[in-house]
Amino acid sequence: MKKEIIKIENLKRSFKMGEETVHALKGISFTIHEGEFVTIMGSSGSGKSTMLNILGCLDQPTEGVYEIDGVKMKTLSKNELAKIRNEKIGFIFQSYNLLPRTSAIENVELPLMYNNSVSTDIRKESSVNALERVGLGERLHHTPAQLSGGQQQRVAIARSLVNDPVVILADEATGNLDTRTSYEIMSLFQELNKNGKTIVFVTHEPDIAEFSSRTIVLKDGNIIKDAYNNNILNAAEALASLPKED
Amino acid sequence: MKISNLIKTAWNAILINKVRTLLTMLGIIIGVASVITMLAIGEGSKESIKTQISSMGSNMINIRPGADMRGGVRLNPSDMQTLKLKDYEALKEQADLLTDVSPQVTGSGQVIYGASNWPTSIYGVSTSFIDIKKFTVEDGSMFTEADVKSFAKVAVIGQTIVENLFPNENPVGKMIRFDNTPFKVIGVLSEKGENTFGQDQDDVILTPYTTVQKRILAIDYIQSIVASAVSEEQAEDAVNQVTDILRTQHQISSNEEDDFNVFSMDELISTFSSTSEMLTVLLVAIAGISLLIGGIGIMNIMYVSVKERTREIGLRMAVGGRGDDILKQFLIEAILISITGGIIGVSLGLLATYLVENLLNWPTSITSFSIMISFAVCAITGIFFGWYPARKAAALDPINALRYE
Repeated sequence: MKKEIIKIENLKRSFKMGEETVHALKGISFTIHEGEFVTIMGSSGSGKSTMLNILGCLDQPTEGVYEIDGVKMKTLSKNELAKIRNEKIGFIFQSYNLLPRTSAIENVELPLMYNNSVSTDIRKESSVNALERVGLGERLHHTPAQLSGGQQQRVAIARSLVNDPVVILADEATGNLDTRTSYEIMSLFQELNKNGKTIVFVTHEPDIAEFSSRTIVLKDGNIIKDAYNNNILNAAEALASLPKED
Repeated sequence: MKISNLIKTAWNAILINKVRTLLTMLGIIIGVASVITMLAIGEGSKESIKTQISSMGSNMINIRPGADMRGGVRLNPSDMQTLKLKDYEALKEQADLLTDVSPQVTGSGQVIYGASNWPTSIYGVSTSFIDIKKFTVEDGSMFTEADVKSFAKVAVIGQTIVENLFPNENPVGKMIRFDNTPFKVIGVLSEKGENTFGQDQDDVILTPYTTVQKRILAIDYIQSIVASAVSEEQAEDAVNQVTDILRTQHQISSNEEDDFNVFSMDELISTFSSTSEMLTVLLVAIAGISLLIGGIGIMNIMYVSVKERTREIGLRMAVGGRGDDILKQFLIEAILISITGGIIGVSLGLLATYLVENLLNWPTSITSFSIMISFAVCAITGIFFGWYPARKAAALDPINALRYE
């Protein structure tokens, strides 16, 4: 049995909106094991953003259990949550969220800056390694403005890898990219996954989900489908089959 | 985050918006530069007044007739005849806090030598006068007690008289005339320059007071008494002692006012200092206001910066930044802005002081106190005005901050 990275039991999250209470998540349970590549799908309002916020320890559930890497997060303080985010989670966003006018390497270093036990030398070394892993070893000192969208997202991926997290959470990571670049990024994710990284990928594009090993579909705060993918497409092959650009 | 990394991060953020930061600093720069310059000018004028007054004799005490009323009419002090030679003698014998005492009677008129003449004042004084006023005899000698007793027509003259009457001659031994009275020049005083009030201290003729009383003014009272206290510290006690002796001399009962005034140089110094001190306070207040405005400028720009960088703050929180880290980052940024402004301001202030000193020839004095206080005020301004925006940044919710457009 593989190690449980994420364990969710009867998770509920409701918000007070004036007089009304909105139930965004209505009792969800699933477990993600080490090495899985899970896509969470659903239309807007399905609760997938709320789900991701909780998985990312940015928000806490109203009810239910959430364990990440064996740590129950319900009882943690704000600072303890920040520590979990810093050490166990790598975030990737749709709009990259890189610091403007700041070099790629400095962007990648950021999570390690908030970990006082990491020395400057190790921080630099890990950041260079992470950038090399995403194929940007030659562009350490480029600022986001000097990089293409795909390259910027690679920097963001390097940033999510640098602290060696137990899980990478990607929120519509290909949403701002064209098909070709999307496939490039998905191919990178598949490679990382093959090397053992656990990935949770939130998307609303069904073709992106075909590259993952498991798909969870949310609707109105409930899971309507949770299935393993028997026919995982290879993103590198998909990329090769795209018609050549002029 | 480590403090060194926080400072580096804050410094990078400042460098990204160079022009904006510089404009923000401007208030602080102007405030600090003006505090430094104004304090330097204020201190400088205070010190120069002090040294000038000290050069006149810092332990000097002046006694003048005063507050004399004849039938309800206040009289011009120089017309008053309340100071007598007996007062001078009493002070000389009884006042042990005084080292030297000299009466003073002054007449003005034309001094003539050969074909040259010059309008000046003749001072009838005792032999100790040059010690009190810190004159030195450059050539020849001072008159003696015997000259005083014999109403001798001898004179010791200042450099201005020498320049105007004896441009190419040695004056010692020559005869000059003052109001038709011939005097023999027996000594020349060395140059002393102008005093605080712009009065030429070298435009003097010193003769025995008896001579002036009898041969020039034909009076038996004296116009004033000058004395020197044993030390500057004891000048106040000496003033009290002189007052007591003179009240006894003049038989003034305890419910009556003095008919004389006693001044020490200390009082003069403090009168002048208080004027320039008030000026300094006023200048510093103005500078303080500009620092306050500078601080508000910082607060304003920090607010804009927090708003502008909401997503950055969200990201920093997502990758593990605690509220505390965010607070420190923005606080350090505000402090860096104000301290950098302070450094530029101090440099400009020093430059301005240098220019004032060398181009306007105003006396200035830079105290390390004024520099230290400027930096302290800058740091406090940064903390005070940076605190609220930083607090606001730290309190942001990472979820909303990440989605902020």
